Amino acid sequence: MNSFLEVRNLNLSLKAGMPILRSVSLNVAAGQVHGLVGESGAGKSMIGKAVLGTLPRALQVTSGEIWLDGVNLNSLPTAERRKTIGAKAALIPQDPLTALNPSKRIGPQITRRLVDILGWQKSDAEARAVELLHEVHIPDPARVMKSYPHELSGGMRQRILIASAFAAEPKLIIADEPTTALDVTVQKQILRLIAEMQQRHDTALLFVTHDLGVVSKTCDTLSVLYAGKVIEEARMRRFFTRPIHPYSAALLKATPTYTNPRGSLTPVPQSVIDATEREVREHDMRASR
Amino acid sequence: MTVFRNILIRLLTTAVTLFGVAVIVFVVIRVVPGNPIAMMLPPGATDADIARLQAQYGFDKSIFQQFMIWLSGVMQGDFGTSISTRQPVAGLVLSRLPATLELSIVALTIAMLLGGALALAGTRFRETKAEAAVDITSGMALSIPDFLWGLVLILLFGVLWPVFHISGRISPALNIDFSTNFYLFESILRLRFDVIADLVGHMFMPALALAIPLAAIIAQLLKQSLKETMHLDYVTLARTKGYGENHVITREALPNAVLPTLTLVGVQFTFLIGGTVIIERLFSYEGLGNMAIDAVINRDLPLIQGIVILFAFLFTIVNLVVDMLYVLLNPKLRHA
Amino acid sequence: MRDARGDVTRPIGARLWLSGAWLALLVLAALCAPLIAPKDPLMQDLFLGRMPPFWVTGAEPGYLLGTDSLGRDVLSRILYGARLALIVALVAGSLTCFIGATLGLIAGYYRGWPDRIISRFVDIWMAFPPVLFAILLIAVMGPGLVSIIIAIVVIDWTRFARVIRAEAMSQGAMDYVASAQVAGRTRFGTMLTEILPNVLPTIVALLTLEMGIAVIIEAILSFVNLSISTDSPTWGGMIAEGRTSVHQAWWVLVFPLITLFLTVLSFSQLGEGLKDRFDPVLR
Repeated sequence: MNSFLEVRNLNLSLKAGMPILRSVSLNVAAGQVHGLVGESGAGKSMIGKAVLGTLPRALQVTSGEIWLDGVNLNSLPTAERRKTIGAKAALIPQDPLTALNPSKRIGPQITRRLVDILGWQKSDAEARAVELLHEVHIPDPARVMKSYPHELSGGMRQRILIASAFAAEPKLIIADEPTTALDVTVQKQILRLIAEMQQRHDTALLFVTHDLGVVSKTCDTLSVLYAGKVIEEARMRRFFTRPIHPYSAALLKATPTYTNPRGSLTPVPQSVIDATEREVREHDMRASR
Repeated sequence: MTVFRNILIRLLTTAVTLFGVAVIVFVVIRVVPGNPIAMMLPPGATDADIARLQAQYGFDKSIFQQFMIWLSGVMQGDFGTSISTRQPVAGLVLSRLPATLELSIVALTIAMLLGGALALAGTRFRETKAEAAVDITSGMALSIPDFLWGLVLILLFGVLWPVFHISGRISPALNIDFSTNFYLFESILRLRFDVIADLVGHMFMPALALAIPLAAIIAQLLKQSLKETMHLDYVTLARTKGYGENHVITREALPNAVLPTLTLVGVQFTFLIGGTVIIERLFSYEGLGNMAIDAVINRDLPLIQGIVILFAFLFTIVNLVVDMLYVLLNPKLRHA
Repeated sequence: MRDARGDVTRPIGARLWLSGAWLALLVLAALCAPLIAPKDPLMQDLFLGRMPPFWVTGAEPGYLLGTDSLGRDVLSRILYGARLALIVALVAGSLTCFIGATLGLIAGYYRGWPDRIISRFVDIWMAFPPVLFAILLIAVMGPGLVSIIIAIVVIDWTRFARVIRAEAMSQGAMDYVASAQVAGRTRFGTMLTEILPNVLPTIVALLTLEMGIAVIIEAILSFVNLSISTDSPTWGGMIAEGRTSVHQAWWVLVFPLITLFLTVLSFSQLGEGLKDRFDPVLR
């Protein structure tokens, strides 16, 4: 299978030394949707941040490689890396309320980078923005482009951020918990919209979430992360029918999905957590040897 | 509607403040022990002289009556007559105001450029030695008041490496006919570069002395504000779009980081204008502050009153302008 | 975070000690001025006018930092000048602090009409150029130590009132204050036992800062010749003289200026350092 994004044995730790990601490997094929699932604190957002080069300063990559469209990002100088990422990948952020610059109108926030970085004509960029806003079902795009973020609702802003992410026709979209900050009613619409846009533009999508239910609806493949370690990587169908790792199985039981819509939910048993915890520690021991 | 109400309230409080200032100047000069007429006259004046002057300036009336007379004059634009020069106070004060305004505005500009540059540098190289250097520099600059910076500058650029004039506003040899007292602004409009150079040569040190503490405050506040903004999601998002760090700081973070510092800088600017009093004295710069000290030394009561009121008026105007700028620059308030 | 904290506190410790040492030296100089001053600070010798400091050729032995235009010893005058500077710093600083902080506490904690009255006065005060106000006060009251102290208190009480009011206000909104009152404490008692200790670090920092400012105001007043009687040595007076003869005798300006610079810097650094040390939140 031809990977568009390939993460190889990525190790990430706090500058103080505490490991955050432990030998994470990950493949996202072109045009495919890959789910990245884990509890909060498992380090799943950090993978997206590492790929996009927006890690907090307190973190550092200790080893591993990130390949994007056949290019090793680590081998590029900073400015070059940012340009490559900007041209090939885009982020749909978690919180639409803080992800738009409050002092700028919506229009320029979508069009500026097309003009600045990709050298488009301003009129082309604006036409493109209107078209994208149509695609994300925003009524009256011309008016919205003249608005400031604070004049729009959270759902509207997330639609705008989705439109903006697809603006430069990236081949990879990283969606970092894109619905967590929204109302439940809006969540479904946004999920459907992301899937729709992904299919229309034929992009690869790395979908970071804590919600297995969301993954079951949208993804082709998935990775389960626990304490910074990938404990299972699988195709979707196989995962939901025959999860291999006990933690995955327990997680599946604790999630309402289409295979188990009303079934009784079981919390992940402590014994499973302890066993997984032991596994991660053993990995650390091996790594330090 | 609320906008109008706010403006009305602001104007009312401004009026109350100015009124209070006038009352206090009156009280300080007249109630504190010491005969104001005796203060005015040279030692050895006769009782008849004192009585005549008292009548002439209305000091034989009660303080309340004096104040009412003065106030009704002010309402008609008459601030009284200067004792030492025997000219109308309003004219004297307004002729010196442009010099002080030019000095303050140049100082503010220097402070914003210097402070802004330091804040940006500190943010660009945050968590490195460069940021620590910015912190220490601004901390030092802030602890030392303008008066001492002025003296340090005199030693540096007046004595050690004499490149600037240490006193006056303009070289008398230039002999230019200005049509306003805004010498600098006028010569900029008339493109007289020789005059501009001379004026800047005189103004540079006093303006820099005034600017250093304000620059330090701007550097600290703006850097703090920038660092907080740099953690926000839209800044991170801009990074993923392929922009360089400089663009991210100046285009994404800066416009939002400026806003919270603006009101604080406004208050500090009034402190800067207050500082012109001693700085003008130090550099023999012929502005309002220098005139004020002369007025105090010459015991020219009407002139002192006029100058203090003008300063107070200036301060309230600055605060008003800052508030308006805040609304203008903040999209959330602009359309409200 | 712990790393960052460590990095920040270490230089503050050094600054605290350095500034404390300089101020201690100054206190010593002021107390022992008659013992350690090499010359009589008032003694004029017109034949020894504008002698340079000891390392410059042409220096007069015994006059370490040179002489002014009247032949008075610069070092001795700086030592004696420290007396006035420190008295003003201590007395004017504490008085300003006491009055300003009290008003600020009352305004911030009691709110209501006391706050309205005090805040209105602060607003009016903020509309005065402080230096001009001080000069005016001295001109009216006549020169002298008491006048200087009064002038400083009158112009600068607002610095304390503003800051302490804001702090007292935010402290007063905290739950622990409400619970102290529920427990039956009087309002005044609560102010002293609950609010005051929490604003104390700020008061201490402002107090040392104010001492430095008092020294500067005194120097400015001496500079415009409105401090105390003209013949007793003051740093500001020396600076005024040095300013006029800066091209002929730079040392008359440089040495008092360095002294003043270090003193003001020390007071403010001491304040910052003490605030960090005593602030329960930062500590």
